[in-house]
Amino acid sequence: MTETTFKLNGETRTVKGPHNQRFLDVLRRDFNLTAAKEGCGEGECGACSVLVDGKLINSCLLPLANVAGKTVLTLEGYRTTERYKMLENAFLKEGASQCGICTPGMIMASEYLLSHNKNPSDFEIRHALAGNLCRCTGYNMIIKAIKRAAKEGAALW
Amino acid sequence: MLKTDISRSIDNVEGKEKISGSAKYISDYAIEGMYHAKTVRATIAHGNIKEIKLPHFPEGYDSVDYSDIPADNVVGMINDDWPVFAEQEVNHIGEPILLIVGPDKTKVAKLAQAVEIVYEEKTPVFDFKNSVKQLAFKKGNVKKAFQEAKQIIKHTYETGYQEQAYIEPQGFIGYPEDAGITLIGSIQCPYYVKNAVMRTMGLDEDNVRVKQAFVGGAFGGKEEFPSLMACQLAVAIQKIQKPIKFIYEREEDMEVTTKRHPSRTVMEAAIDASGRISAIRSHLSLDAGAYLGLSEVVLSRGMLAVTNAYTVNNLDVRGDVYRTHTVPNGAFRGFGAPQMIYAIEMFMHHVAKTLNQDPFAFRMAHLVKQGDLTATGGIFRDPIILRDMITHAVEASDYHAKVKKYNDPNIFKGIGMSWFLHGCGFTGSGEKDKIKAKVTLEKTKDDQVHILVAAVDMGQGAKTTLRKIVAGILELPIDVIVFDNPDTRFVPDSGPTVASRTAMIVGGLLARAAKTLKEDWITGESQTVSKRYEQPEYVAWDQEKMQGDAYPAYSWGVNIVEVEVDKTTYEVDIKDIWSVYDLGKALDENVVLGQADGGQAQGIGYGYLEVMRHDGGRIRQKNMTDYIIPTAADMAPSHNHIMDNPYPLGPYGAKGVGELTLVGGAPAVSLAIEQAISRPLRKIPATPELLMEAIEHD
Repeated sequence: MTETTFKLNGETRTVKGPHNQRFLDVLRRDFNLTAAKEGCGEGECGACSVLVDGKLINSCLLPLANVAGKTVLTLEGYRTTERYKMLENAFLKEGASQCGICTPGMIMASEYLLSHNKNPSDFEIRHALAGNLCRCTGYNMIIKAIKRAAKEGAALW
Repeated sequence: MLKTDISRSIDNVEGKEKISGSAKYISDYAIEGMYHAKTVRATIAHGNIKEIKLPHFPEGYDSVDYSDIPADNVVGMINDDWPVFAEQEVNHIGEPILLIVGPDKTKVAKLAQAVEIVYEEKTPVFDFKNSVKQLAFKKGNVKKAFQEAKQIIKHTYETGYQEQAYIEPQGFIGYPEDAGITLIGSIQCPYYVKNAVMRTMGLDEDNVRVKQAFVGGAFGGKEEFPSLMACQLAVAIQKIQKPIKFIYEREEDMEVTTKRHPSRTVMEAAIDASGRISAIRSHLSLDAGAYLGLSEVVLSRGMLAVTNAYTVNNLDVRGDVYRTHTVPNGAFRGFGAPQMIYAIEMFMHHVAKTLNQDPFAFRMAHLVKQGDLTATGGIFRDPIILRDMITHAVEASDYHAKVKKYNDPNIFKGIGMSWFLHGCGFTGSGEKDKIKAKVTLEKTKDDQVHILVAAVDMGQGAKTTLRKIVAGILELPIDVIVFDNPDTRFVPDSGPTVASRTAMIVGGLLARAAKTLKEDWITGESQTVSKRYEQPEYVAWDQEKMQGDAYPAYSWGVNIVEVEVDKTTYEVDIKDIWSVYDLGKALDENVVLGQADGGQAQGIGYGYLEVMRHDGGRIRQKNMTDYIIPTAADMAPSHNHIMDNPYPLGPYGAKGVGELTLVGGAPAVSLAIEQAISRPLRKIPATPELLMEAIEHD
């Protein structure tokens, strides 16, 4: 049996099992971390987004082997942070979440964007979110939420 | 709750659960020892099953097919033509034949792949040939108007498939419970599912329980289709006696679930001596796919929108539903109206152009006003503020100046406008005769008030708005009003979550219940109040003749879209969007603005971006890479404006919202593209290929 070790939401974890299994399944099945959702299973919708060594990754396309020795942050780990709270409030105030299935991915994409660009323009936000599909909102209220978080949480990123 | 304007936004009551990722969707459920199910499907469009060769099943694995159905092999809907599992004949590629069930998901999938089916193929039909439902209605004297016409103008409009493309695929988990079956699903209509399962299983109502999980988008796609999955799963649970999880993967979902009906609409107008339309003849064709499902009702809503927000005194309107050997089509936000509103909005513009009249002035000259007769001879009783809405949209977008500027064929820019109405609630006497909605408010001893309805919050904010209504009337804080996901063991049948009826009809009933509860309120005691739907007496509908008031009320909207078309690639860039809505009264501004943005994105996407086709009955676009829905980069900023026009019978004056925001997107974007390329368009989606054809072959 092969083993894969990585850091998950701050703790060192080891998984036994095939190297080629989808990391999304490992998260959901082995760790009961279900914030990352499967929308398409082919890296198109972004609902399964997680951060691996700070990079925004679709976990449905990620083989377990590729996280060996890396640091993974899922929404369950991120939601304890001040940055998350700022984003949560902004999403609530702007009505940025409707059915909610894309929202965990949107939050991870927002964190990735803001950690690289503290004050993004509309154009930059639209392109940063282009890998995260939402069928409910038409995106405008999500864009407003990210701008609100950037403004109100300027010191956090 | 403080006595403030109901429209003032509050935080979505489910917001924190959803944003933090803790909301439980159907794929997040797991039951110890659960099995998994996978469907084996027809690979031909039409034929008979000659033989099914099953692989050897390891212990714990089994198949489930029609022979395991205890009662009716029918998915109970309006018509009885849709089987739970194919018996002998298959009528579309992807038609379910059997399920493979077992403990390991991967093994189940492998066994499903190993099933061999031998067919005797028959010739499939894909064209509008085999009409299985016909509807018609008339108004005035069409024959005379055409005889006296100065000119007759006729065009045909076509629309393609549209896939709901909810981000969460369809799914259920179910288990045996007592003597019956319990199903948890991603669904819009708990009682549709329950009634269908009772019929297929021959179980009584105490033995089928349906619960709603968080729903990751639906848009009509989870209206009737889940009943099919639920019936199959119930048969499997009865046979195997284990909890079973049954979730579609994206490709399967896209290939086999119901979509918006492809359509063809013929519009023919008689023009009188004053240059106005005196009569319209119209024929709407819908492709039902292999089974009728809800197609007849979709056809009816489409036909009823024939004159949209215009008054035409003489009408001859006909429609056919055609059966083809393709995946069955069904409910999708707008329900037939998007097809017809696309046709009539384009047609009004094209007729004006043919008559050398200014399209805006021509359309305004036909605008409906309060007191006018509807297409079916009902009356527009309530105040209509569409003229003011159009003025607002025109000013906000600088419409007239842009129309003038973009008439220059060299700049490849365009601006398009649509205006439209949408009937709220079920068509005709549906609410009174079929749905008979019932709602209950249950007050506990600790003075919490539970909303007991079968309405589902699928992202449209039903929990937020319905709780606001009850809290507002009881003058209580919103957090003492409880609204759990519906469970048919506890909630009455308040009807399906469809047809822009939740806020107006269900909300209206809850408002009545809350008023009664307030009058009878006894602190510290448990109390229950129920209300049933009562049709306003003046609303009269003859279903046979399609005459009278098709809807108790209408919501109204205006959409303006500005585009730029790339001169080389013919790609369309959406630059800006303006909208104005009359939905009576917004129950929550953020909820309504969210519906506006989302509905517009779907409507505009339908008009220019979302391509789905079949080839010999096989859907070609099977995933999010092939089937393109708008991304954040595709969509433009929006300027949405709500104008109050309270409806006396709606809660706080509210009417329907959800569908209204979709129905005008396609004509608005198409008219904008048409102006940008200086050529008429009569087909959606207006893809670069279609534009190239129009430009290079005219």
